[in-house]
Amino acid sequence: MTLALDTLGRLESEAIHIFREVAGEFDRPVILFSGGKDSTLLLHLAIKAFYPAPVPFPLLHVDTGHNFDEVIEFRDRVVARHGLRLEVAKVQDWIDDGRLEERPDGTRNPLQTVPLLDSITQHRFDAVFGGGRRDEERARAKERIFSLRTAFGQWDPKRQRPELWNLYNGRHRAGEHVRVFPLSNWTELDVWHYIEREGIELPDIYYAHEREVFLRDGMWLAEGPWGTARAGETLQRKTVRYRTVGDGSCTGAVESDAADIHAVIAEVAASRLTERGATRADDRLSEAAMEDRKREGYF
Amino acid sequence: MSDLLRLATAGSVDDGKSTLVGRLLYDTKSVLADTLDAVHRASADRGLATPDLSLLVDGLRSEREQGITIDVAYRYFATPKRSFVLADTPGHVQYTRNTVTGASTAQLAVLLVDARKGVIEQTRRHAAVLALLGVPRLVLAVNKIDLVDYDEVTFSRIAKEFTAHATALGYTEDAVVEIPVSALAGDNVVDKSANTPWYSGPTLLEHLENVPVEPDPHDAPFRFPVQYVIRPRTAEHLDYRGYAGLVAAGTVKPGDEVVVLPSGRRSTVTKIDTADGELAEAAAGQSVTLLLADDIDISRGDLISVAGNEPKVTDELDATLCWLAEKPLRTGARVLVKHGTRTVQAVVTELCDRFDEQKLSSVDIPSSLELNEIGRVALRLAEPVPLDDYSFSRRTGSFLVIDASDGSTLAAGLVGAPLPLLENGVESCSGGGENATPDNHALVSPGP
Repeated sequence: MTLALDTLGRLESEAIHIFREVAGEFDRPVILFSGGKDSTLLLHLAIKAFYPAPVPFPLLHVDTGHNFDEVIEFRDRVVARHGLRLEVAKVQDWIDDGRLEERPDGTRNPLQTVPLLDSITQHRFDAVFGGGRRDEERARAKERIFSLRTAFGQWDPKRQRPELWNLYNGRHRAGEHVRVFPLSNWTELDVWHYIEREGIELPDIYYAHEREVFLRDGMWLAEGPWGTARAGETLQRKTVRYRTVGDGSCTGAVESDAADIHAVIAEVAASRLTERGATRADDRLSEAAMEDRKREGYF
Repeated sequence: MSDLLRLATAGSVDDGKSTLVGRLLYDTKSVLADTLDAVHRASADRGLATPDLSLLVDGLRSEREQGITIDVAYRYFATPKRSFVLADTPGHVQYTRNTVTGASTAQLAVLLVDARKGVIEQTRRHAAVLALLGVPRLVLAVNKIDLVDYDEVTFSRIAKEFTAHATALGYTEDAVVEIPVSALAGDNVVDKSANTPWYSGPTLLEHLENVPVEPDPHDAPFRFPVQYVIRPRTAEHLDYRGYAGLVAAGTVKPGDEVVVLPSGRRSTVTKIDTADGELAEAAAGQSVTLLLADDIDISRGDLISVAGNEPKVTDELDATLCWLAEKPLRTGARVLVKHGTRTVQAVVTELCDRFDEQKLSSVDIPSSLELNEIGRVALRLAEPVPLDDYSFSRRTGSFLVIDASDGSTLAAGLVGAPLPLLENGVESCSGGGENATPDNHALVSPGP
């Protein structure tokens, strides 16, 4: 056995340390869990952090209703296997009772913010784990591992606390909460290497499969409850996979033959597009799209 | 898998730091096509002829508007030799506190100067902060060398002046390297420049790839702040009681005799547990769970140490503070101190001196410590805490000073006086003397 940790060992150790700090200092933490790659990794690390005891936090899924069936099935299976508690906040419920309005473009990713903040208030969650990584996007690159949010869930980049050594300051006033990002220092490639090393199961849609898709704004979108091809767009059968999983109306697939983890790693290593740029329409809204959504309380 | 180098960059406004970082990312092919397209588009929108590489890193709207970096940005890039975590810290004077943030975990810092201006006040201040925080190695990137016509004499003069300053701060000569670069043109960042034939040293990236990484000090005495007690209380693990934490210093093996602080109770390590199975040994940097032979009372905040070489347990503390808050620190202030996994109330009993990083000496006994000032203070803690000197261990010799009323982080605290120069100042802190009466009108109210 070697005592020197490699890069993945260091990242794992850091994430476990962060989970344990939160367990020690907060009363009501929760893990955001969608069944996607990053939140599955997050849960895997949480399980390791408290082994052999169960994870001392519930899970929360803010459900856009624009889901891939495979991901929801996977989500429920993982929750059952580990005996976890899952809260689901459905965007549809907020639309049905008038607290939210459907957007003209039909995209629901931006609508997640209100159900998220309402759930945090309702359950009095004081620490909310997210799978955000700093390599995803420029505004995220400035995010702290412990990120203080106001009672309105807002992120003020100029009021962020200096984060020194590995001493995390989680103090907050009543009504405020802290977003915690244990994967801050991971890159997309680190995530895939770790998934390979640990043999972590993911929903099938991360690997190449055949699917009916249509091209919109340079992205391959699938049809679903959120709609289908418009005039001038043609549905066609393609071999694709997803690099991120979110609202089906704005999460694009990429053409890929990478049917297993080794092929995915080779593809990611050679890729010329970032994960978000390739597959997330909502980040293209403006030059500061992510910053604006973060300020409002989005992850 | 390659190893990891954590580095920080520091420099003044307009030294071209974001451009240098952008250049490192660009030339190591760490910038992907869509990101680059966005930069090309945004540069063209502003009427620039060539892509502005600083746009790769300046993420916030106000940064792009002002053309400056406001907050620490973390960047990730890798070469076949190494992975890099880069903390890009702003140079704007009111954001110097971010340099402290970036430096606190860095193994190396790249300081930038403008070749036309040379070493300036901000450079000296940054170097002092880096030295204080124990960043083991420095690189001085003499940027915009193209704007002084690649002049060797200019470079040598700046390099000599900086080496003298770094040496005075306690750096050995082999820990400091100066490199003439142009971030804009790419000279000596990744590829060797034909414009500086007089320079025979490495390019910036060559240096970053090959510089020795100081390992975690494995030969240091074992230190383990307890984060959390794991008690499954399941049928399978009925009597399991494990102490979860990250090894802060040294190594531990089953059979090692340990002492739990501050209680002083002794026991023996029976098992080092992880989700992947038991370990025969654990070392600094590893997150593990320790099981002990005796059923003694241990909770979050306690420190498990090797028996026989323990930190001092004390409620009086001499420390160096980097003051990071807008509101000044005054004698009598009530604050919280977060050290390891323990947070205790504290009173600032004395402001002992203030460090002038320009003159490299302590200047006076201040009546207050203001934003960005570094000084020595005496603190009295509400309960005894096991403390190592910062110069012994960055992990167990560091602490946060926290405002109990709003929870903000007020200062970076270092146990003792890590800069040798500080010891040559006015006489040492007397520690919390009897004259140290708490001031109830002080800036920070008592915690709940």
